Amino acid sequence: MMQDITIGQYYPADSPLHRMDPRVKIVGTMVYLVSVFLFGGWGFILAAAVLAALVIASKVPPVMMLRGLKPILIILIFTGILNIFLTPGEVIWHYRALKITSEGLMIAGKTSVRLILLVIGASVMTLTTTPNKLTDALESLMRPLKIFHVPVHEISMMMSIALRFIPILTEETDRIKKAQMARGADFETGGLIQRVKAMVPLLVPLFVSAFRRANDLALAMEARCYHGGEGRTQMKPLCYRRSDYIAYAVLLAYLVFSILARVILHI
Amino acid sequence: MGIVKAEKLGYDYVEYRGENESPEVTHALRDVSLDVKEGEFIAVLGHNGCGKSTLARQINALLVPTGGTMWIDNMNTADSADLWKIRQKAGMVFQNPDNQIISSVVEEDVGFGPENLGVGTDEIWKRVDHALEQTGMIAYRKQSPNHLSGGQKQRVAIAGVMAMKPRCIVLDEPTAMLDPNGRREVIRAVRALNRKEGVTVILITHYMEEVIDADRLFVMDEGKIVMSGTPREVFSNVDRLKALRLDVPQVTLLAHALIGRGLDLKPDILSKEELIESLCALPEAEAAKTGLRKESAAEERSRDAESTGGNPREAASGEAEGMKKDLPDTSLRLEDVSYVYSAGTAYEVRALDHVSMTIPQGQFVGVIGHTGSGKSTLVQHFNALIRPTSGRVLFHGQDIWSGSYDRRNLRFHVGLVFQYPEHQLFENDVLTDVCFGPKNQGLDREECQRRAKEALRQVGVPEELYGSSPFELSGGQKRRVAIAGVLAMDPDVLILDEPTAGLDPRGRDEMFEVIGRMRAQRNMTIILVSHSMEDVARYADRLIVMNEGKNVFDGTPRSVFSHYRELEKMGLAAPQVTYVMHELAEQGFPVTESATTVEEAAESIFQAFVQEAAS
Repeated sequence: MMQDITIGQYYPADSPLHRMDPRVKIVGTMVYLVSVFLFGGWGFILAAAVLAALVIASKVPPVMMLRGLKPILIILIFTGILNIFLTPGEVIWHYRALKITSEGLMIAGKTSVRLILLVIGASVMTLTTTPNKLTDALESLMRPLKIFHVPVHEISMMMSIALRFIPILTEETDRIKKAQMARGADFETGGLIQRVKAMVPLLVPLFVSAFRRANDLALAMEARCYHGGEGRTQMKPLCYRRSDYIAYAVLLAYLVFSILARVILHI
Repeated sequence: MGIVKAEKLGYDYVEYRGENESPEVTHALRDVSLDVKEGEFIAVLGHNGCGKSTLARQINALLVPTGGTMWIDNMNTADSADLWKIRQKAGMVFQNPDNQIISSVVEEDVGFGPENLGVGTDEIWKRVDHALEQTGMIAYRKQSPNHLSGGQKQRVAIAGVMAMKPRCIVLDEPTAMLDPNGRREVIRAVRALNRKEGVTVILITHYMEEVIDADRLFVMDEGKIVMSGTPREVFSNVDRLKALRLDVPQVTLLAHALIGRGLDLKPDILSKEELIESLCALPEAEAAKTGLRKESAAEERSRDAESTGGNPREAASGEAEGMKKDLPDTSLRLEDVSYVYSAGTAYEVRALDHVSMTIPQGQFVGVIGHTGSGKSTLVQHFNALIRPTSGRVLFHGQDIWSGSYDRRNLRFHVGLVFQYPEHQLFENDVLTDVCFGPKNQGLDREECQRRAKEALRQVGVPEELYGSSPFELSGGQKRRVAIAGVLAMDPDVLILDEPTAGLDPRGRDEMFEVIGRMRAQRNMTIILVSHSMEDVARYADRLIVMNEGKNVFDGTPRSVFSHYRELEKMGLAAPQVTYVMHELAEQGFPVTESATTVEEAAESIFQAFVQEAAS
């Protein structure tokens, strides 16, 4: 069960999107998100076309992109059903209390398309960017928040440590689980309360281990002269290249177009 | 003044209990004085709790002395203004390879130190490249540390320190959690740094073979340095080291035993080559070789034949025994078992490859193999934690994966103690934790407690600890409690996966005493997974050697070790005495080649050199 969780689903390849500065990709994803919410009709075709072009440019197999849709399938079906049956409007089909309206179909269709575009859009970013680069980019983009005493460096350090230790703790969970099963622990049967209780022999050792690791790691970081973000240099500093500036310009144009499309053309 | 100098160094841990109680003070270091010259290779030995880790942390200024003074490159560690300079000059590598790597990419982790020091980007890259090259990890620079072996992770940690351009590296038991291959690669890397780069090395360890090449050796006990000198000087003092419960290399022990029997050897023999050379140089050597060679060789052959027939150790192996008698089949059996991890993906690994074996009730089986040989996967098949991809697992003649078989019940009969079992402890007190297994069996409270107490007594946990939290115990005690937790289920078969991993020599010897006692009192089958040939040779009736998912050798320790050359190719070394005995036999001495322990070897050499030569 635990092994299925993968953090960061980076797909290694050599493409313009892989080479792009991660900050541009984060900003781009946000712009795309906004545009998808602005569009209401024909605009979706444009958004879908843009996305298709990006997927092709990323050199990531489209199957990998579609795989990202799996976890939201239930949400998709659920919201779809709710929208179809519960939206008031012109009734086009009914059976006793159940009725389908044309407005309902429209809304269900639009939400589904939006969700699908959003998820695939975000996948383009996570599939082409390593988790480390994402953390670096977030740190860099959030730097202005330092004025408000947001511990930006610490947050990003915590994120990268989490990325490093999640697989280790996952493995550890598996090991402890097996060790308790060898002592007759039963994690699979029983009611909800019993199952929660059965987790104690798993969670306590896991917490103890996490604290022990945290302690060790803190010591190791101190021994390597870590003393916060002050005076720290970077091995891989993020720096924009010309193509990144061009990308920003394209993004800006896209954003402006989608706002205009909404306000003036109503599409 | 040397690079590391301590004068009358003292360090006390103070634990405040309650407001009105006086604090408890532990003297971790007492009056330690030492002076290490730049470029020296220093090794520090001592059992757990002797103060060696505390000393290591003093050198890196992670702790500052509560008495005396410590200077690193003329900087006083108590002076906080020099703190970062001291930590840069004296780098530190810790025991657990996982808990000291910060980044998810090897090269970024190596760059972490220089980043903290504020080194410019170009210079960081240069240093990272250089450090990775020095430690032989350049090919892995883009990898995630999670995909590396323990030895490789430690080399990354060493590279991380080297990138800070230290003048001294302190390694605090860097090999304690590694297998023999990993240990060798780490020590090789450290030695190369010492020789080629002139970095001062202070290596803390339990393993004797790692310290033999050191320039100087310090032995610590109760916070003090009790012995110091070259490895030769220190190891010639076998009795003193034994009194401190430390290990001595097997050949040194053998030489010591022979001197005890009157042979005129030097007391400071450290390598097998040296021992063989000095044995050949003995005046008795020629007589031993030529004198009664033919006769004794014939005699030995007959002696060997005799032991094959009569020795229960020998007869117990193989499948014959379980089948011969008309008793119900009480064995554990694998029939053509294969197991494939992540089948159908790029990461597919065939962990077990058509393995068949029968383990009769009551046998003591050692399973040996290096990391990734399939030994841990193998033992998890015995109690149905892993389902074989193909083949059958039978217990008492029944297929444990047939539809109606109660696999949870099976686990009460086939107890499995995992590696580092102390990590599974979770209850508020020791007794309740040990009761967890029996409670799951559905036994009533009194029976649970009775069994738990019996198990705790057998593993040697004193009664006054029953009520304390398992987390407050020492490492060795915790492990005993964890083993008692499995033992309390009263299993017919007890599987122990590396029960001595990470323990010091004393802890290891005590653990084997416990295992011996359990076996004697309960007549259980014991399956011991280990990568230490020496330990297993001493206790097991039968050895199974795993390599690349196959059980390549299966038989008595003697018969398995006779394949010592093949074992070496698999990265498994036979006990040192095996090499010595084979080498002596090859040179024409009438010794028993198959001796696996120091006592046997000493007796055989004594026979050959003294008695037969004299007659």
